[in-house]
Amino acid sequence: MILRRPSFWLILILSAAFVYLPLRGQNVPLREDLVLVAVAIILSSNLNLMIGYTGYVNFGHIVFYGLGGYIGLYLTTARGWNLVVAALAAGVAVSFLALLFGVGILRLRGAYFALATIGVLQAVQAFVINFDPWGRSTGMYMSFEAYKSWGGAMRALWLDYYLVIGVMALSLILSLAIKISKFGLGLFAIRENEDAASVLGVNTTVYKAIVYSVSAFLPAVAGALMFFKNGMIDPFVAFEFSLSLEGIVMLMLGGQGTVTGAALGAGMYEWLRSFLLTSPKLSDFQLVIAGGLLLVVVLFAPGGLIGWVYRLLPRARGVIE
Amino acid sequence: MMPLLEVKDVSKRFGGLLAVSNVSFTLNQGEILGLIGPNGAGKTTLFNVVNGVFKSDGGSINFDGHDIAGKSPHRVVQMGLARTHQIVQPLNEMTVRDNVTVGACFGREYLGLNAARRVAGDVLEQVGMGARANQLARSLTIAGKKRLEVARALAAKPKLLLLDEVLAGLNPTEIAKMIELVRSIRDSGVSVFMIEHLMQAVMNLSDRIVVLNFGQKLAEGRPEEVARNPQVIEAYLGDPNIAEKLTEKN
Repeated sequence: MILRRPSFWLILILSAAFVYLPLRGQNVPLREDLVLVAVAIILSSNLNLMIGYTGYVNFGHIVFYGLGGYIGLYLTTARGWNLVVAALAAGVAVSFLALLFGVGILRLRGAYFALATIGVLQAVQAFVINFDPWGRSTGMYMSFEAYKSWGGAMRALWLDYYLVIGVMALSLILSLAIKISKFGLGLFAIRENEDAASVLGVNTTVYKAIVYSVSAFLPAVAGALMFFKNGMIDPFVAFEFSLSLEGIVMLMLGGQGTVTGAALGAGMYEWLRSFLLTSPKLSDFQLVIAGGLLLVVVLFAPGGLIGWVYRLLPRARGVIE
Repeated sequence: MMPLLEVKDVSKRFGGLLAVSNVSFTLNQGEILGLIGPNGAGKTTLFNVVNGVFKSDGGSINFDGHDIAGKSPHRVVQMGLARTHQIVQPLNEMTVRDNVTVGACFGREYLGLNAARRVAGDVLEQVGMGARANQLARSLTIAGKKRLEVARALAAKPKLLLLDEVLAGLNPTEIAKMIELVRSIRDSGVSVFMIEHLMQAVMNLSDRIVVLNFGQKLAEGRPEEVARNPQVIEAYLGDPNIAEKLTEKN
């Protein structure tokens, strides 16, 4: 039972802290910092389902976030949908698309799969750049009117923040729930040895397609919420390749395959990034540092921070999930 | 006796190479059937065709009343036909218990996680690996990994177990233990189909033996019949009269 897992309660406490901290004194700068951390956690823990659990490196993971943003913004502005409904619709639509893509590219393994995921990202971006209803390369803007039904922009942004925190909590709970389920066991078997998994009875084709589709859902919802908050979207911010790479860095840093690692890595990397971006000397160096970090992690601690803890304290495997 | 597995005219072609050619045989309920032959005879390929890793090029495979030709491996194991690998395929970064739990979860009984963990515990005791349940699979010795292969396959609660050279690479003590294990598996009601190079072991264990050579069935019968078959001797066992022949020339 998931309720008996300490990690489950930790997730709830973390999410409660995210809700409570900026609320005290209506601290908007803190809220803006935390929302970025929350998005990082959402992206890295859903990416973890593919990389950490199933062993399939997805370099184009950000495509789900961007597409979610587009669909969400389109539905709220051009169609006047309610934000929550639009975000859920974006999640469902992107998951369905991922299922279609997945059936196509999940036949590939290893480096070929990774290359194909970059292809998906580029193809979707190219499509959106040429797609009229979504404003081609200039993208879409939200009219300020859209905030009205939420009692003004101020309230809308706070509400949007809480929704993002909710998606973050769901992402972590989903990761934990999959990790301790039979479905998760099947994914781990695929990660370790796909042919052996199949001979042991795992329907690898279906499992891979499902996890690829599931890993698209919450990032797409988060995309819809975040671009609603930003009020604008264009194909270059929505499908930025470097964001995909940073997601991988976060995951490797914290420890792929673990719920805690995905969250911790996201938090650490996001903290580092905001430090670098605001530092006058190092502001353009964030990707250089990210690349260096990735190299160090892959070379010296392939299990990331949590993997390192596991090595020091083998018993921690059972406690830290 | 009831046939559990009936293979009829099965072939497998890789480009120009006919790895298995029109092979037919039956395996009866409750028996240990040995499969022997020189290296490259097509033994493992035949296993791969039977359990669905490869699609057969023609022929039929009937298992427990179902046609399983062309079915994918995960379907075949769920129907009760499990196997081990000649080159061990442990799920390295998972514990021994989790490895076996995978077998129980996705095998014939398709158990839930908790029930599967219990079955895994029982099977690990049965194969004598209870003490190593919480170790990572990668840390096992080769003999341990071979046992793990058997344990995972057994956890699927198969009616028929395909063993691909489970004795290869083991020392004499380990071999003795493994032979005992194979016997106990058969005695528990699971039929066994085994590839083995170790002649003494396969002769002792098997009720009947099938011999493959260049992808074709050379002989089939009781161990002593097969051992006396001149064609088998020439192709695989070696000429028993070679010494006499050599002395005659002098």
